[in-house]
Amino acid sequence: MTKYIGKRLLYMLISLWLIITATFFLMRIAPGNPFASEKKLPPEIEANLQAHYGLDKPWYQQYYDYLVNVVTWDFGPSFKYKSQTVNDLISEGFPVSFVLGLEAILIAVAFGVLFGVIAALRQNKWQDYSTMAVAVLGISVPSFIMATFLQYFLAIKLQIFPVARWESFMHTVLPAIALAAGPMAYIARLTRSSMIEVLANDYIKTAKSKGLSGGVITVKHAMRNALLPVVTYLGPLTAGILTGSFVIEKIFGIPGLGFHFVTSITNRDYTVIMGVTVFYSILLLLAILLVDIAYGIIDPRIKLAGKKGE
Amino acid sequence: MQSANDKFKVVGTQLDDAEKISKPSLSYWKDVFIRFRKNKLAMFGIVLLIILIFMAIFGPYMTEYDYKSNDLTNKNQPPSAEHWFGTDDLGRDMFARTWEGARISIFIGVAAALIDLFIGVAWGGIAGYKGGRTDEIMMRGADVLSGIPYLLLVILLMVVLGQSLSTMIIAMTITGWINMSRIVRGQVLSLKNQEFVLASKTLGANTTRIMGKHLIPNSMGPILVTMTLTIPSAIFTEAYLGFLGLGLTPPLASWGTMANDGLPALRYYPWRLFFPAIFICLTIFAFNVVGDGLRDALDPRSRK
Repeated sequence: MTKYIGKRLLYMLISLWLIITATFFLMRIAPGNPFASEKKLPPEIEANLQAHYGLDKPWYQQYYDYLVNVVTWDFGPSFKYKSQTVNDLISEGFPVSFVLGLEAILIAVAFGVLFGVIAALRQNKWQDYSTMAVAVLGISVPSFIMATFLQYFLAIKLQIFPVARWESFMHTVLPAIALAAGPMAYIARLTRSSMIEVLANDYIKTAKSKGLSGGVITVKHAMRNALLPVVTYLGPLTAGILTGSFVIEKIFGIPGLGFHFVTSITNRDYTVIMGVTVFYSILLLLAILLVDIAYGIIDPRIKLAGKKGE
Repeated sequence: MQSANDKFKVVGTQLDDAEKISKPSLSYWKDVFIRFRKNKLAMFGIVLLIILIFMAIFGPYMTEYDYKSNDLTNKNQPPSAEHWFGTDDLGRDMFARTWEGARISIFIGVAAALIDLFIGVAWGGIAGYKGGRTDEIMMRGADVLSGIPYLLLVILLMVVLGQSLSTMIIAMTITGWINMSRIVRGQVLSLKNQEFVLASKTLGANTTRIMGKHLIPNSMGPILVTMTLTIPSAIFTEAYLGFLGLGLTPPLASWGTMANDGLPALRYYPWRLFFPAIFICLTIFAFNVVGDGLRDALDPRSRK
């Protein structure tokens, strides 16, 4: 187990280094000067600005500085908003995104598992067909389209929910549902197929012949094993929720990190793009690592396979 | 008491009947085709796809308007007999733009899937067939690359390299091929030690022939499924980028950029967003159900 985690940690660090390096060099070859604006700056001021941001140093020095800064968790200043640093943006925007993401993950997992289990227990009946038909649709509708439809029909036309902004719990409902819909449909399909597989096992028959009730069999015996694939999906799920939140926050005008990220793309605010990309990458890689470790702990079969494989 | 034997009578062996083949013999792909045809949802997806592709080819010629001519006296018109899908804020015909967008979306999807196919099959095939150290190094490389968050990388490349069709396809394929290569590697690993490969080797076939004639054709099923499911994810990525404002630059029409243009006008001119949005969903839906149907049809366990 320790060896496995060590190995995964090493890959993660290499991936991360690759991302940081790629971001750094991509931003260097990016067209346009960070200080380009309508007014041409006098050369002295521009030279001063360059010196202030360390852009007059040779590239390897800048690269080294950037690596050191990332390790010490300092993503530098924003080029567009002089008084703000990338760290400020993250600490200001991330809590909002975190709440939204967490809400979406909870909705996706809870309802996805519920629908999946119902569909599996009523296999080839109307409950199964209708749930799975909705699930295929859910997978096919991108989150940002779901968001605009929800916003148009429920907020603008029926006025049940507020249209945008981030103030009360009611404001969080529509964006969270929009973010959760796709993953929820995916989890429902995943749960259904693994539940069906598990329910065909002999130990379920044993449980039935012992006279256990349907509820106990479903919850204690079947679901415990059927939910393992759902645990593996939590890594990609986090990634999907994160990247989905960029557009959702844009649509609903939520002041989260995704919103700042999209704005910085439009403004070509390179340091913010760089910083947020690296921040998100760290977050995602950590999430996937945690899920993998959790999976190894939950499912004893993985550990055995790992030992044999070494 | 009557013996049990009296209840039976000898009818004699009928050798002709025993030898008779009651069902016509089916090749693997014929069998797959039959199973696929029984899947109603997948057939619906195929029909939908045919309609969408037909409209992408001929749709732009069906109206007298083209996708890029402005007509500022007729802007933001709702759908009517004149403009079937209405017009946008520059008075461009949405019907023509929608099908122009269909061309771009389907082209991006197919191109990304084909590039993934070539790189993935080559990479996964070599890694799986060579095995040992080569396999280890090649697949670790893929692991490291796959650690890079896909959409973040695509966004980054679009920002830096400029918003063009080729950049978009390159950005999508940089990490997109990894999934394909893993699937091909798995297939090759399970096939390469089977007897027919050994037989082919004994007959003096070289590596290229074994790969091209035996290993790849026998992995075609999973490869096909992966390809069909790559297309909707590429179409999604295009729409997503367009929606972020990183899509193709006007006057080119793609579904993502059209949806992005329509978003601020949602309250008053909802059709400007709804038409591209509905077609994005329909296309992704069609490819998804076809891919699912293919996967089920290719799985011999699903035979009834």
